[in-house]
Amino acid sequence: MDAMIESKIAERTVSDPMVPSLFRIERMKRETEDTFTLELSPFEETTKISFLPGQFNMLYVFGVGEVAISISGDPCKTSQLEHTTRRVGVVTKVMGLMKPGDTIGVRGPFGSHWPIDVENGRDFVVVAGGIGLAPLRPVLYHLMAQRERYRNIVLLYGARTPEEILYKRELERWRGKFDLEVQVTVDRGASGWRGNVGVVTPLIARAPFNPSNTVALTCGPEIMMRFAVMELQKRGVPADRIFLSMERNMKCALGYCGHCQYGPTFVCKDGPVYRLDHIASIFGKSEI
Amino acid sequence: MIQASLESVIRRHPFLADLPEKHLEFITGCAKNVRFPEGHTIFLEGDPANEFYVIREGLVSVELMVPNRGPTTVQTIAEADVLGWSWVSPPYRWHFSARTLQPTRALAFDGDCLRKKCEEDHDLGYELLRRFLSVVSSRLDATRLQLLDIYGRHD
Repeated sequence: MDAMIESKIAERTVSDPMVPSLFRIERMKRETEDTFTLELSPFEETTKISFLPGQFNMLYVFGVGEVAISISGDPCKTSQLEHTTRRVGVVTKVMGLMKPGDTIGVRGPFGSHWPIDVENGRDFVVVAGGIGLAPLRPVLYHLMAQRERYRNIVLLYGARTPEEILYKRELERWRGKFDLEVQVTVDRGASGWRGNVGVVTPLIARAPFNPSNTVALTCGPEIMMRFAVMELQKRGVPADRIFLSMERNMKCALGYCGHCQYGPTFVCKDGPVYRLDHIASIFGKSEI
Repeated sequence: MIQASLESVIRRHPFLADLPEKHLEFITGCAKNVRFPEGHTIFLEGDPANEFYVIREGLVSVELMVPNRGPTTVQTIAEADVLGWSWVSPPYRWHFSARTLQPTRALAFDGDCLRKKCEEDHDLGYELLRRFLSVVSSRLDATRLQLLDIYGRHD
């Protein structure tokens, strides 16, 4: 097992997973018109942040409510947490109005993680749509930190418009690296946009990776992931090397309440990251 | 020499890969290498459509002129993609315009010549239409996803 995973598991000392720890908002960064990133640090300076790429936390806005939000920061940073979310519900709307210095409750980390204990020499293709890039960002940091272990690393990212592209500067920086292929596309171009226009899934067909040697990770709207899976399988990536992050309404985050049931699994406990062949019988089925 | 080089490019291009040998020579005879600088209009909406292109390198914007908005990009076509299928069906006029966003290299195929040959040789017609149908099907899927506005807010 990867030394990073072992150390992360050893570090997890959640005494009562239902009790939130207090964190301070250090920075509130507006990513797009309706999306923001919170940088949080624990009140207790001795607390070390420990999570695996793909996991999520429950963030508690006191007096308002709690929501599940995936961790979007660098797993190597042990003093700070990052969460990127969109203002869509009551809690995230209030959260979006919070300021540096405000207090927020954090429970977690919870859930499964992206495969990071992968043998050397693999290609990685990461397919993200919209805010689905946020849960994938930690695994990109991880892959870049271990760049020499892998062959091609490809990020395919689709957003609605150029204004709604997440982590723009970071994407530009990554694109400038010769060892990471970044392709961005938008559904609707605008004047001045000189990049790809169209959905993200057709980019898979021409992306530079060897399907027989590739690990594929995808996160975004479920319909996008269905088409991404079809394109990946069309190129020959086997189901046991395709991973996707599912989203359901998570409440307790411990598999007790059942709100996030997904077939015979609970997304909070068995997911959010699933291997395709483990959910092949339910993935894309209506009412599941 | 030029013919041999074109044939090897055609053999390697995903759109025409595995084309039966008997058709390869003919289709190579209908092809030519083309290069377009950035900002070049390859074809214009409404003009006669007598060619199609397989892109080797570059980026092409497929555009529609929208009143009061000007040319609007509905899709981009890049390496390994096919540009243009209006040459296949009447009235053989482009439904969209195409303009390069980057310097672009492509193979241009004489659609007029291919149409005539496909009428004579239905095996070739089937091979080409099978490939074009796959492209059209993928583009239709992509357009449907675009229409769904999947990244939009749904609250």
